[in-house]
Amino acid sequence: MNPFEYQRVDQSQKAVNAIVRSKQAKFLAGGTNLIDLMKLEVERPAHLVDINHLPLSNIEQLPNGGLRLGALARNSDTADHPLVRKNYPLLSQAILAGASPQLRNMATNGGNLLQRTRCYYFMDIGFPQCNKRAPGSGCGAIEGFNRIHAILGASDQCIATHPSDMCVALTALEAQVRVLGPRGERMIAMKDFHRLPGNTPQMDTNLNPDELILSIDLPSSPYAAHSHYLKMRDRASYAFALVSVAAALDLDGDNIRGARLALGGVAHKPWRSEEAEAALVGKPVGPEAFAAAAEQAVQGAKTYKHNAFKVVMAKRSIVRALTVAGGRA
Amino acid sequence: MSVIGAPITRVDGKLKVTGEAKYSAEFQVPNVAQAVMVRSTIPNGKIVSMDTARAQRVAGVIAILTPSNAPKLPQGGKAGIHPPAGRNLSLLQDDEVHYNGQPIALVVAESLHAALYAKSLIAVRYQPAPPKLDFMAEMDASHPGHHGKDPADEGRGDVEAGLAQAEVKVDEIYATPIQTHNPMEPHATIAKWDGDHLTLYDATQYVSGVKSSMAKTLGIPDDNIRVICPFVGGGFGCKGSMWSHVVLAAMAAKQINRPVKIALERPQMFGPVGARPQTYQHIVLGATRDGKLTSVRHDVHCHTSVMEDFLEPSAVQTRMLYACPNLTTSHRLVPLNLGVPTFQRAPGEATGTFALESAMDELAYKLNMDPLQLRLVNYAEEDPQSKKPFTGKHLRECYSRGAEKFGWSKRNHEPRSMQENGQLIGWGMATATYPGNRMAASALVRFLPNGRVLVASGTQDLGTGTYTIMSQVAADTLGISTDLIDVKLGDTTLPKAPVSGGSMSAASVTPAVKVAATQARLKILTMAAGDSQSPVHGATPEELDFKDGKVFRKASPDKSVSFTEILARQGNKPVEATGDAQPEQDAERFSAHSFGAVFAEVSVDPQLGTVRVRRVVGVYDVGKLLNKKTGASQFIGGIVWGISLALFEEAHVDPHTGRIANANLSEYHVPVNADIPDIDVSVIDIPDMNFNPLGARGIGEIGITGAGGAVANAVYHATGKRIREAPITADKLLA
Ligand SMILES: Cc1cc2nc3c(=O)[nH]c(=O)nc-3n(C[C@H](O)[C@H](O)[C@H](O)COP(=O)(O)OP(=O)(O)OC[C@H]3O[C@@H](n4cnc5c(N)ncnc54)[C@H](O)[C@@H]3O)c2cc1C
Ligand code: SF4
Repeated sequence: MNPFEYQRVDQSQKAVNAIVRSKQAKFLAGGTNLIDLMKLEVERPAHLVDINHLPLSNIEQLPNGGLRLGALARNSDTADHPLVRKNYPLLSQAILAGASPQLRNMATNGGNLLQRTRCYYFMDIGFPQCNKRAPGSGCGAIEGFNRIHAILGASDQCIATHPSDMCVALTALEAQVRVLGPRGERMIAMKDFHRLPGNTPQMDTNLNPDELILSIDLPSSPYAAHSHYLKMRDRASYAFALVSVAAALDLDGDNIRGARLALGGVAHKPWRSEEAEAALVGKPVGPEAFAAAAEQAVQGAKTYKHNAFKVVMAKRSIVRALTVAGGRA
Repeated sequence: MSVIGAPITRVDGKLKVTGEAKYSAEFQVPNVAQAVMVRSTIPNGKIVSMDTARAQRVAGVIAILTPSNAPKLPQGGKAGIHPPAGRNLSLLQDDEVHYNGQPIALVVAESLHAALYAKSLIAVRYQPAPPKLDFMAEMDASHPGHHGKDPADEGRGDVEAGLAQAEVKVDEIYATPIQTHNPMEPHATIAKWDGDHLTLYDATQYVSGVKSSMAKTLGIPDDNIRVICPFVGGGFGCKGSMWSHVVLAAMAAKQINRPVKIALERPQMFGPVGARPQTYQHIVLGATRDGKLTSVRHDVHCHTSVMEDFLEPSAVQTRMLYACPNLTTSHRLVPLNLGVPTFQRAPGEATGTFALESAMDELAYKLNMDPLQLRLVNYAEEDPQSKKPFTGKHLRECYSRGAEKFGWSKRNHEPRSMQENGQLIGWGMATATYPGNRMAASALVRFLPNGRVLVASGTQDLGTGTYTIMSQVAADTLGISTDLIDVKLGDTTLPKAPVSGGSMSAASVTPAVKVAATQARLKILTMAAGDSQSPVHGATPEELDFKDGKVFRKASPDKSVSFTEILARQGNKPVEATGDAQPEQDAERFSAHSFGAVFAEVSVDPQLGTVRVRRVVGVYDVGKLLNKKTGASQFIGGIVWGISLALFEEAHVDPHTGRIANANLSEYHVPVNADIPDIDVSVIDIPDMNFNPLGARGIGEIGITGAGGAVANAVYHATGKRIREAPITADKLLA
């Protein structure tokens, strides 16, 4: 591990000031991803700004009926919060499908958004090629072992996936990320927060390096009654998603009035499929509509040597998640 | 009730849960320096240069050992090679790289973080050579391999003729991947020199093996080395040999004239300390309509390292498991640029029974016969290969009791026929087997003036319960409570014992404890009879008995003298005896094997392919079980490994660099609690007196055997899909 400086801050503005001052500075929240990557020498910050003492741990109702999740609220506390459980059960389920209780007790909401890919070639500096870790070095995964890699929206520079469960639900729920930078506050819509790899796979998100996440704001949602998060993984618990589905339906009797569908484990960002949503709206709840939506969601999928199964797995998972969400399972 | 077999709680349990049990890396050795291994990042080639200048300048760095400056060892570091346990190591004696992840340098520093930081600053230049990494492509270049005394090729009768008689055939390939051991405690060594004497605190399954391998490798006398290992956090075979880091620690400690500690990081558990090799198994079964096997072929290819031959002998159990007049088996090695593979829990039987028991299940379906019935039709009354009688075999009882407990008779043979809440339910079964191994061992029993008894042997306790059963056997022989007994082990200054591998520690060491205890007891009786102040003065030992620490005449039990009184009158000196035990004189007359029957129930999601094991029943014939509690844990642990083999574990080799892609516990999947259902284990518990004086065969490995096959067969029964390549993951069921 590199030697680094450590600084603790207690005000958001001070945190931003500290990060602006040093080019190689990073915020430290729960540390469950950053410290791991530092030990692996994938991240080598010269300066850590510990933000755990910022007053950003609250979860509070917004005047518009939405909910504000503090950036430093722990994943466990968020998943267990009565208002999250009541109004956004999809989010609760997604968080609880991730990691382990110990990790969720440390992990923060802000950190979860910014966790990095679990691509083997990214996480082990002994691999010579990874455009995300060392831009221009090539991609080890495309011709390598790519069972866990992307089938949608990838580029010939990078086929990594975003590993978060929470973010898939946040995307389906159309959350907004509230951030503070040197030029003040701004809001970033969840669907614009993470990026596709394109020619710049080293950039995971559209957050600037000198910006601090303050909160994640959820709009009021008509989906609480009919939603489901389904996670496919290699063991019953404590494994990243091969494919995951956040499905939410707004039903009018048997008719689908509105739908939200986002996938995890398939792309460089949580993959919302507005085409699939459109295929559902106006249809009666049932296998036909769900199958049609599933087909829509994987349109344009491109597979590699070891991950072709993800297309079938995604389609079947979508149908199952919608079936459960629609109360038909 | 005899204390032998009683479900006594492990005697070292309290030390473990309170953190008092010291594992190798935890010994506090003053002035110890920390070392970390630098590993190669290419799979094949030569090191051209290694720039350590920046690393040297890191504050706290003491030394950096590289191929250009490391101390030269006798025979280029190869003096200790003694297959299969004395491995070909990477000791910085040359600039060759044979696999990705090979130790190529050692950084020694005042602190772990200084060592790690310095390590990150070392720049290595290589001259790469094309690696051998493609198992299937290299198969043509394979060569025969053997495992200990088992020959590579063995058979009987005429398989072609047998196949010609067959009315039904199975001809399939089964495959298992590279599996890494990953015990909770990674390997760790502290090396400390006092003059020319070396003390090693080493996480090992074989203290005296490390001692002799180290002595040979360094070219120093055996007697100059002491190896200490009171507790092991799991071994499963990877700690059965001395690996490179142990020697590197000793070399560095000598060089800097200070103790040196190395504790491997988790990713370093993938490569330099062994793994179970990948296997590719071709099985052909021929049978008559009534299920009688007429011909069996089991041809195994497994990978090894270009550095050394190591064989996973997957076809060995096939030679003896079922009665069949015509059989052929073979083992071929496929050398690859990977780390040297090694023994892993039931080497051979774990992967071999996965294949053979899957093939038997396939045969049962072709015959439309109950899979259990097929095993009974081919039951081997004697060892069909050696034609020797078994020391003891009660497999029929295992089948019937297991079937009864599981409710096997309620099974509908038809695949996909059993469903529940939209899930497909599958029931599968398989036979378990593991040889009864035993080697010479010694132990010591010492009566102490303070009223306690010390039992000691240079064996190891891998967490399996060796401390506990040694205490039980001594308590039983001496007629005293286990509360009065202290056990010492894991130290080469104690009487010698074999490797804790091959499920033979209990079978080898407890007979020695029994001999030592019997002799020590006799000494006390003789002393009591010779003691003029004792009420038993003048008696012959035959007239005397010893119970609860007291000597008395059998005829008058109320007049007794305690051993502490006797010792007190003899100057309070301890009294001890050493006992040796070796395999019975006539061991060669018999074939010694344990057996079992495993039944598994799975549920499979018909759309998603998710497999869950819902329950497992295992019934074993292992002779006498020495402790029903710690013993049950061994079987359960083994079955968990079998489930893991069937459903989860696989180390993925990157096809271009030969690096293990998932070298961490997040991506190398072992089961979590939620993957493991209720596991019901029991034993037939008939002592095998032809095997050893306690009638007890070892139990550490048999649990994994059969379990993988039973799960795979249950998956077939649930889905109608036969997955012949472990692990059975959802993607394979969706394909
Ligand atoms: C073994 C393992 C298994 C896991 N399994 C899963 C899983 O199944 N599903 C899943 O979703 N996740 C999983 N995780 C990931 C886990 O959810 C993340 O590590 C965690 O959410 C990160 O949060 P943190 O607070 O610890 O972030 P940190 O590690 O502290 O930070 C991560 C990054 O975010 C930045 N950062 C943190 N907070 C802010 C902020 N407020 N503003 C700006 N930047 C910030 C940091 O600078 C850093 O770059 C797993 C992790 C591990 C180690
Ligand atoms: S997929 Fe992306 S993260 Fe993985 S090796 Fe390629 S560039 Fe790196």
